Amino acid sequence: MSNGYHIVVCGSLVPDPLQTLEPVMAPDGPGLKNEAMLPSVLDPWAAHALYEAAHLAKRVPDSKVWLASLGPKPKLQQLMMAVAQKAPFEFVAIDGSASGFADSFETAQALAKAIQSIPGLDRDRMLLFGGCSSASRDAGTTLSMVGALLGVEDQFLAVDEIEPDADGGFRVKERVEGAQYLVSRCAGAPAVLAWATGNLPEPPNNPQIGMANMRGILPALAKAPSVGALRGGLRFESVETPSQRRETRVVKDAGVEEIARELAEWIRG
Amino acid sequence: MTDPNSGATKPTLKTLPGDDVRQILWRYADRYDLQMVQQAARSVARGIVARLVADGARHTHEWTPEKQKLLEAMDEAGLTAVAIDPEHGGYIPGPKNLALALVAFELSWVDAGAATATLAGNLALAPIHERGTPEQVARYMGGAVPAGPGEDRRTLRGAFALTEPIPFVGVDTNTMAGRVRVAEWKDGEEPMLHVDKRGRFITNAAFANFACAAVASDDARIKGSCMVILEDTDEGVWDPGSPTLKLVHQLSATNDPIYSLKVPASRIIGGYTIQDGVIVPNYSHSEVIEAVFRRTRVTVGLMTAAKLLSAVEPIIRYHRQRFRGGQPQPGSSRYELGIQQREDALHRLIDVWATGEAAASLGFYTARLFDEFDPLEREKDRLLQERGIKGARAQMKAFAAVKDAALEFIRLEHLPEQKRDSARYEELKADSLVQFAVKDALSQVFCPATKLWNTGVGANTMREAVSLMGGYGITEDCPGFLGQKWMDAQLEATYEGPEAVQRRQLTVTMVNELFLAQFRHWIRQMRQIASRKPGTGACTLATAMELWLWTIEFLQSAQDAHGETLYHGQRQGVAFPMADALSWLLASRQQILDVLELEDKGGHNPLLADGLEGTVAFLTDLCHVMAARASGEVGRITAELVYGYQRHPSWDGDCDSCFKASELEAVASLVPGFDSSPLEVIQDDGGHADKAGPCVRFPGMERFRALRLKLDGCLTGCRLAKDRAAEALTQVMIPEALDYPR
Repeated sequence: MSNGYHIVVCGSLVPDPLQTLEPVMAPDGPGLKNEAMLPSVLDPWAAHALYEAAHLAKRVPDSKVWLASLGPKPKLQQLMMAVAQKAPFEFVAIDGSASGFADSFETAQALAKAIQSIPGLDRDRMLLFGGCSSASRDAGTTLSMVGALLGVEDQFLAVDEIEPDADGGFRVKERVEGAQYLVSRCAGAPAVLAWATGNLPEPPNNPQIGMANMRGILPALAKAPSVGALRGGLRFESVETPSQRRETRVVKDAGVEEIARELAEWIRG
Repeated sequence: MTDPNSGATKPTLKTLPGDDVRQILWRYADRYDLQMVQQAARSVARGIVARLVADGARHTHEWTPEKQKLLEAMDEAGLTAVAIDPEHGGYIPGPKNLALALVAFELSWVDAGAATATLAGNLALAPIHERGTPEQVARYMGGAVPAGPGEDRRTLRGAFALTEPIPFVGVDTNTMAGRVRVAEWKDGEEPMLHVDKRGRFITNAAFANFACAAVASDDARIKGSCMVILEDTDEGVWDPGSPTLKLVHQLSATNDPIYSLKVPASRIIGGYTIQDGVIVPNYSHSEVIEAVFRRTRVTVGLMTAAKLLSAVEPIIRYHRQRFRGGQPQPGSSRYELGIQQREDALHRLIDVWATGEAAASLGFYTARLFDEFDPLEREKDRLLQERGIKGARAQMKAFAAVKDAALEFIRLEHLPEQKRDSARYEELKADSLVQFAVKDALSQVFCPATKLWNTGVGANTMREAVSLMGGYGITEDCPGFLGQKWMDAQLEATYEGPEAVQRRQLTVTMVNELFLAQFRHWIRQMRQIASRKPGTGACTLATAMELWLWTIEFLQSAQDAHGETLYHGQRQGVAFPMADALSWLLASRQQILDVLELEDKGGHNPLLADGLEGTVAFLTDLCHVMAARASGEVGRITAELVYGYQRHPSWDGDCDSCFKASELEAVASLVPGFDSSPLEVIQDDGGHADKAGPCVRFPGMERFRALRLKLDGCLTGCRLAKDRAAEALTQVMIPEALDYPR
């Protein structure tokens, strides 16, 4: 019997955080101004989970990665033009709202149902990956609920590292308060790992990998089940931008030391 | 029917056009491979490329280890292999002009030097791709694909070595100093050649391990000229030379190399035959170069287009934030709009944006045209070879025989389906030589027009973009690197054939009957578009196209005041401005066609549903602005040429319509009121009105004058369009920050 993992990464799109994200009330509920037209990215926490999943699958023979995404189909298709180039995976698409104002339980239900119907998925070997947080309105609860709905009890939140053992178990480092890590050992799959940032850099886009993935992505999009707005019983009285103004500065590829030095200077004032 | 001048509030641009919009405009919405390549190029551009520029990597001419990382990033992202066919390790099947255009566009959005690095690699491979023997193609195309994991080989990186130290060869002269002679030729063995080549301004030379060098024979045993592949492991001198001290594109490695190498004759690109003891290359260097440049120049044009469009977002942000110092309150016009309160700033940015859109439309159309043209050209080569037709003269003769059929095809194609002889149409459509002739006529115009207009007008317009950032524009930390882009644009206007070379090519190709036949149909097409969509400026453009057409026909048969022929290859004062005028028209027309495509197909994309109407309305206004601008240029140029070479009538015996004052008095006594007509009068003492001479009345130019007058009227509404577009600039939502560093 194979010891490889079946890694299902739950991750979807969020509006590019660099865009102006202005909450507005529409007749059918809250949303972001011009949301449909804003460019999207893979939720950064979910993206870390995907890179870690691909890395783990490379290290552990017979492993396989699925990416389960719940979002508007056309937007998912557009997103895949970049995401599909990052790592090999099989795509599971669910057509529905990826809004930050969706109900996380209904979202979890839709994801769990889609995961249950993945052909060939061995749930005894399943590692359920996703982000511990999200760049949309962040409840941080969805992945745990998906795990619970699938009956996965071993759950690790804010994970930064997984180290597989030879016997199928693994060691997990989770972030806890005060820049400390909680190190656990898990006997093996199934388990939920909600990722913080992990340790891996973003892989370069590689169109060759993308085109290999695309063979499965387009059929997956074509047959994606529709789950609607996922608003459930949620009602929002009002929505507004947080009062503290964001001062965004884009820095790519900065070294850890450089970031630390800047933070220290900022703290010192 | 819509009324473009209606004052009613209309939907307008909500966000800057994103990938969904661009994919439809530039026709790759159904090409996932291209969309991925574009994303890959974008990640390199806005990652490592932007970081290098921000870190000051452009401050040195040397090829540094930091710059070398660019190549690795491009390899990793699959960009190096974009030009390679799948059978040699690439991954995009079929023609790749549009793919390469998208890569160049994305990289140039941040820094065109980085784009040039990829372009130069492709340029080195292009002679081999276009004219190489199967063995050469397999070795160099395959070797250029980055080595995969576990592969023990070095990646081949090439340089295209044509230009030489002044006063020798540039892109358009055959005065070549590079020489090839026979070094050794043993009986029954392949000849060994000695190649001496000094290069100037050779991109990639700093790190290249092979070069395609243009050389002329220095030996009676070698005929003519050829291109030869040199490798750094060949016997002799391989000196990458010193870096060229260029002020621009510092992320590409440009050197002045020195090669003196011994190579086998099998390195002659395209192979050779031996005739009467003489090595006869199958292709001269100019034949190879012609096949190469007609494609690669298109991507250069798109590099400048990317700069213009990339300038829009940083300028809007700068304008809006400019007056936030002091005490303005959020919500006040001063706080929210800043410089956008000033109409001039808005109007000038609209000009920049409209030029960028037109340049991109023109460039991407031309790239797609070459994607259609490439297989036709290969089929043409095959057919001619099959029929034993060799040499330029024989080919010209063969195509003269095809011309009538090609003209017939053009006529049938522009007839409504129900009115044309469909059997004949299908027959001509299936005729590869006819199709080649039709497309060749277009490519011979669109390639130089793209290079000429996009880079020339683009460079001038980039200056406007820089000026819109105030002093910030010419600092190194200007968001979007606009100052560097302005300087870079000048190189794009120069390399791979400066503007004069493009104008010279157009001088010949724009009067090709097959091109003009298509152009005539486009005038009708623009009128039809105007009829159903009046706000595009298509009607204005159609009139300007008529004016251009009348003028080019007039100039070809007219003479100047000295009796000299006006239109010929050496009379560049006549032909070159007409080439410029045509390029304006082509750019504006493509822009209109692209927006119509968006309007037509955009509705199929649910993501665009929310903002499509506003986006189309805004882009339509930009079309109108550009059409007016293009028409203005055409009006100015044609008027100068039509009238400017005629002698102004003088008062001395040159005035057929002048009356002497006494004559006028006599006539007026018979015809009361005659003397109140606006006539030219010369007093009996020779006095006359204070002006240079009698006003011009050239017989035979009534049509031209009518068209000029009509064109002025056709400008109606263009400034209203500009006002609407300017208003949209104040409302469009932009990201909070640029997505690459500075």
